[in-house]
Amino acid sequence: MGIESALGEGYLTTRLDKLINWGRANSAWPMPMGLACCAIEMMAFAGPKYDVSRFGSEVFRFSPRQSDVMIVAGWTTYKMSHAIRRIWDQMPDPKWCIAMGACASTGGMHRCYGVVQGVDNFLPVDAYVSGCPPRPDAVIHALMKIQDKIKTEHSVLLDT
Amino acid sequence: MSLELNETLQSVVDGLTELFSDTLIEVYQSSGDTFVRVEADSIVEICKYLKEKQHFIFLCDVFGIDRYTTNERFEVVYNLMNLRTQTRLFVKVRAPEENPSVQSVTSVWKSAGWNEREVYDMFGVKFENHPDLRRIFMPEDFEYFPLRKEFPLLGIPGSLELPNTTPDTE
Repeated sequence: MGIESALGEGYLTTRLDKLINWGRANSAWPMPMGLACCAIEMMAFAGPKYDVSRFGSEVFRFSPRQSDVMIVAGWTTYKMSHAIRRIWDQMPDPKWCIAMGACASTGGMHRCYGVVQGVDNFLPVDAYVSGCPPRPDAVIHALMKIQDKIKTEHSVLLDT
Repeated sequence: MSLELNETLQSVVDGLTELFSDTLIEVYQSSGDTFVRVEADSIVEICKYLKEKQHFIFLCDVFGIDRYTTNERFEVVYNLMNLRTQTRLFVKVRAPEENPSVQSVTSVWKSAGWNEREVYDMFGVKFENHPDLRRIFMPEDFEYFPLRKEFPLLGIPGSLELPNTTPDTE
């Protein structure tokens, strides 16, 4: 029972760009960078109640080489920032980043010498989620925003 | 203020007054705990006495205080526990601002090693005869002592390295 049964005989036309972006947007596999209490909410986001598999992102990949979206969940020390950047560099392009929660976005309540005041100091962040910790719905919202962003990007380059 | 001492603490105070009368500076109580301040030179002997004669065999913690005063700026506090009578005792010594240094008590309690490294890392108080006095939390090449009062809350920009954000172009 594929799409053919609904459409009958015939064909669809689309742009390759659109098709690839549609595929990418609905299979954005997260790289869970769980560093603190936000990681618990990130697990709820992946779990059956909030069910992120509706958006194609249920496959948490613990290998950076297989993931598309890094969710930085928690506060980042200067010591940890090097490991995070290294994992980020190992993720294949195209890739996106969610700074989940107040600590990852701005340093939050950890206003102190050992904590990086926002992961955007060393990562290109696409979506910031407020909250301490944010509800799973808020993370899903960030993921939907990233899906919107993916859909507006140029996925195919004309090789001239 | 009169002291409310139980049997163990009374024996500690009596013993210290008798044996270390010239190095015992003050005994006071605050929030239900008993504090003993002594001269910094005699800390090892006093700790040895407390461990061997008064059964304070458990060193819970060692921590530093930056009093931010002109003389004797730093304070090192030893949190001791008598496991026979479940009695807690705090022993304090003070160190000057210039080259603060205190004798290490690692010869009495081995567990003091990491605690003293932490005090050194955060306050810059040196511990003489410590077997391995290195920084414990901050990087080896870090130049400051972060829990000193004059250290800014958010740190000194550039003192801790952030990762390189320009990928290698190979």
